[in-house]
Amino acid sequence: MTDSFYRRALSFTNARLWKLVHVDVLLMGALLLLICGGLFVLYSASGQNVAMVERQIFRLIIGLLICVALAQLPPKYMRRASPMLFIFIAVLLVGVLLFGVGAKGAQRWLALPGGLRFQPSEIMKIVMPMMIAWYFSDRQLPPSFKQILVVLGLIALPVLMIAKQPDLGTSLLVAVSGVFVLFLAGLGWRYILGAAALAPIAGYTLWQFMHDYQRQRVLTFLNPESDPLGSGWNIIQSKTAIGSGGIYGKGFLEGTQAQLDFLPESHTDFIIAVLAEEFGMLGCGVLILAYLLVIARGLYIAANAEDNYARLLAGSLTLTFFVYMFVNIGMVSGILPVVGVPLPLVSYGGTSIITIMATFGILMSIQTHKRAR
Amino acid sequence: MSRRHQNFRNYRQEQRLTQQRVFAAAIFVLLMAIVLMARLFYLQVVEHELYQTKANDNRVMLVTEPPPRGLIYDRNGLVLADNRPIHSLTVIPERVGSFPKLKKMLSSIIDISDSEWEDFDERRKEYRRPYQSLTLKSQLTDEEWAKVSVDLYKLDGVQVEAQLTRYYPYGEAFAHAIGYVGRITSKDLKRVDKLAYQGALFIGKTGVEGYYEKTLFGEAGLSKVEVNARGRIMSELERQNPTPGKDLHLYLDARLQQYAYDLLGDYTGSVVAIDPTTGGILALVSKPGYDPNLFVRGISVDDYATLRQSKKLPLFNRALRGGYPPASTIKPFMGLAGLEYGFSSWTERYFAKGYYQINPDGRRYRDWKRTGHGWIDLERSIIESVDTYYYQLANKMGITPIHNFLTRFGFGQTNLLDLNGESHGLLPSNEWKKAKYKEPWYPGDSVNVGIGQGFMVATPVQIASATSALASKGHFFYPRMTKLVGDQPAEFEGGLGDEHDIVLKDQRNWDRMIDAMRKVVTDSHGTARRLRGTDYDIAGKTGTGQVFSLQEDEEYDSDKLEKRLHDHALFIGFAPAKNPKISVFAIFENGGSSSKPADLTRALFDAYLHDDYPARYDYLKGNKDD
Repeated sequence: MTDSFYRRALSFTNARLWKLVHVDVLLMGALLLLICGGLFVLYSASGQNVAMVERQIFRLIIGLLICVALAQLPPKYMRRASPMLFIFIAVLLVGVLLFGVGAKGAQRWLALPGGLRFQPSEIMKIVMPMMIAWYFSDRQLPPSFKQILVVLGLIALPVLMIAKQPDLGTSLLVAVSGVFVLFLAGLGWRYILGAAALAPIAGYTLWQFMHDYQRQRVLTFLNPESDPLGSGWNIIQSKTAIGSGGIYGKGFLEGTQAQLDFLPESHTDFIIAVLAEEFGMLGCGVLILAYLLVIARGLYIAANAEDNYARLLAGSLTLTFFVYMFVNIGMVSGILPVVGVPLPLVSYGGTSIITIMATFGILMSIQTHKRAR
Repeated sequence: MSRRHQNFRNYRQEQRLTQQRVFAAAIFVLLMAIVLMARLFYLQVVEHELYQTKANDNRVMLVTEPPPRGLIYDRNGLVLADNRPIHSLTVIPERVGSFPKLKKMLSSIIDISDSEWEDFDERRKEYRRPYQSLTLKSQLTDEEWAKVSVDLYKLDGVQVEAQLTRYYPYGEAFAHAIGYVGRITSKDLKRVDKLAYQGALFIGKTGVEGYYEKTLFGEAGLSKVEVNARGRIMSELERQNPTPGKDLHLYLDARLQQYAYDLLGDYTGSVVAIDPTTGGILALVSKPGYDPNLFVRGISVDDYATLRQSKKLPLFNRALRGGYPPASTIKPFMGLAGLEYGFSSWTERYFAKGYYQINPDGRRYRDWKRTGHGWIDLERSIIESVDTYYYQLANKMGITPIHNFLTRFGFGQTNLLDLNGESHGLLPSNEWKKAKYKEPWYPGDSVNVGIGQGFMVATPVQIASATSALASKGHFFYPRMTKLVGDQPAEFEGGLGDEHDIVLKDQRNWDRMIDAMRKVVTDSHGTARRLRGTDYDIAGKTGTGQVFSLQEDEEYDSDKLEKRLHDHALFIGFAPAKNPKISVFAIFENGGSSSKPADLTRALFDAYLHDDYPARYDYLKGNKDD
């Protein structure tokens, strides 16, 4: 059904021209829809800070440029570069652990000459699925038990290093992006069910590895009222913002929680609460729909990609994008613990925009470099 | 392309497998999106009202503005309880970076005691609205204020707030009458509107301040404001201005009060002066007093311990709660009772020996005069304060008529209309003794009550009220402190009513009794003859109350007794006798002879009736403008 919808939509555009510049019109259209809506919300969430919105626009433009640039690169080069990239980033992660800089007890960045900072774990979000997809690219699917073990090892290595920085949110997302490849590669359902059964044990192990502030986040998630002025404040205030918005919202710039600063991190991680307060459930529905359009197009590209590598990579990147959105909205609305995951393409902030736009560059490349049948 | 299994691979099947998985993932994505929408539906539709309330609670804050407290004036317009601006050091904990650092910085600027810090830390940990200021040190001196103000810019979260505080300019002589305001305790908050007292510094505790709390407090102003998360007020949504508390104008005469207090000298005791034409209290003295200003913003533990441990009991309000034997000051009332019930008459004569016996061989109830008074009548029994006359009268009457008659004068009950904490004293009766001691009332019990001793206990306010009623010939006013509330005459609650008349079977007895009391002063044998020589008539009656029971044959010798066992010296009096403007009860605890309270009473009469006080009291003169 979606398939025919896109086909029909495509016929209204000049398909050839776009294919020439390797831009997937539908994906780009959905992204722009999302980005514009996001800027609108950011304007309100930042307290009508035009300078902040301008900086965000600037970043988005850089992101779009990277997206289009990457789209020019045929997938086969990506595939070939995958193992080298993976090793390179993994080495950088070791470097972060040894020489990293950062704040709040976590070291996540590598300092580059010229005062620039660089976060290898962010790149790993893309390189991880590339690596696993590469691994399966010349192997027969579904994967054998031995292959599964190898892949899990490949996933675990960088994930543990990122978790050690410590950056639990990113490490989980990196792990997820790898596991998605495994799933798309046809990981047997019995393994999936088995893993689900083992999840509680894994959870306990994870708890043992957690830092105090991370445990605190989980505890606060389970019972935010336990510390209403301390760590529970964020979640109580965001739920209040969302709930008080009702169906239609309080109106643009009229959200009392957001505009009177009761809502913390309102322009970054908790930006969805601003939307929910000012535009209500209707506004949130439109935003989620925009995300679903992007994801639907991404999955379409994956399903119709040329080879295993492209299919697995496109599928994993799209699903990871969905996980970003789900984890963020879930955390802000109080069904998931507060982990520092921004709302993709809407939250204010640099690094994540670049990596996400790079993701969509890869998807466009996969879609537009197919040989004509 | 592929290195291995090339011949066995089925690419189409592999593609189908991944496509199936993508499809499964799409369904998963859809399901999870539905979960999110369901969550939003739950928060935004199902729980919408709850969160809307929460959001409003966040942004809307009720700010109460304490109204200025009503002032208390004496009868001449002198301010007895005033409002004064003070400066307090307050802290907004959320704006403070580090408390140890703040402590260090502040202590280098001004002195803040450990207990002030402890108190502050305790309140800081209680649940409260974020970004509300907490008082760290109240009542900064001008010097402290200046010092802190200079360095304020360095101290994050610290500010100086100006507030009105209560001030009692004339201190201890007035403490028991005016009372004081003190810190609001959680117990206080149970009986008042919490919201109204939010932001108020204190609440009336005792005296007039306590009784008229509601009137003096006024109505708190209330404004609904919109605040941001840092407590900053963004806009005012609604506003109701505070209604200032009403001023009180008392009957009290500040000069008379202070003069009476001073005249008590080093003695402990009490003086209550009442205007018999109104029931208004002109002076209500309990000595020693205390500085009420100590209590206004919380008394220090040391100061409080000193007051509590003083043997002179400065915190004890003798005027309201002191239980004394009325002693011979009861005799005029006892005489009227005898007349009322036909047990005595003005003409009947009685031979007064040095003692009285119920039975010929029984116990001897001694007269203060060993040799006796000889042939006397009722009038002379008052003039010379003949004990034996009242022994026999009381014995004849028995306790029930005495109880009934004295009840009409306010004995054994509380009388004050607008002060709390008054004690009932004790007007004994048959029933009372049976209940208390499980013993019948003996004739000897009546004999003792006849001269205001034995079981009988009265407070200065009671004796003063009774005296005032006698002075006005039976017009019994419940005594009251307050004449005007705002510009309206004070109205009093409670079932007592303002006044009632004591009507005697023969109303002429009032004049006869007052005349007898006048002769207490004018007669050459009168017990208060030392007061002779005034240009107005004084009616009075002396009394010496036993603190220490003498054995039957023992002689009272003040030289041999410790001072605390000396007799209490009492006096009741009013003047001018024919048309009294003031009636006084005075007691010097362990004062020995009644000359002391008699002299005091006369000094008060002279000053009050001639409006001629010693010059040292000019500062209490007020600015009588009405």
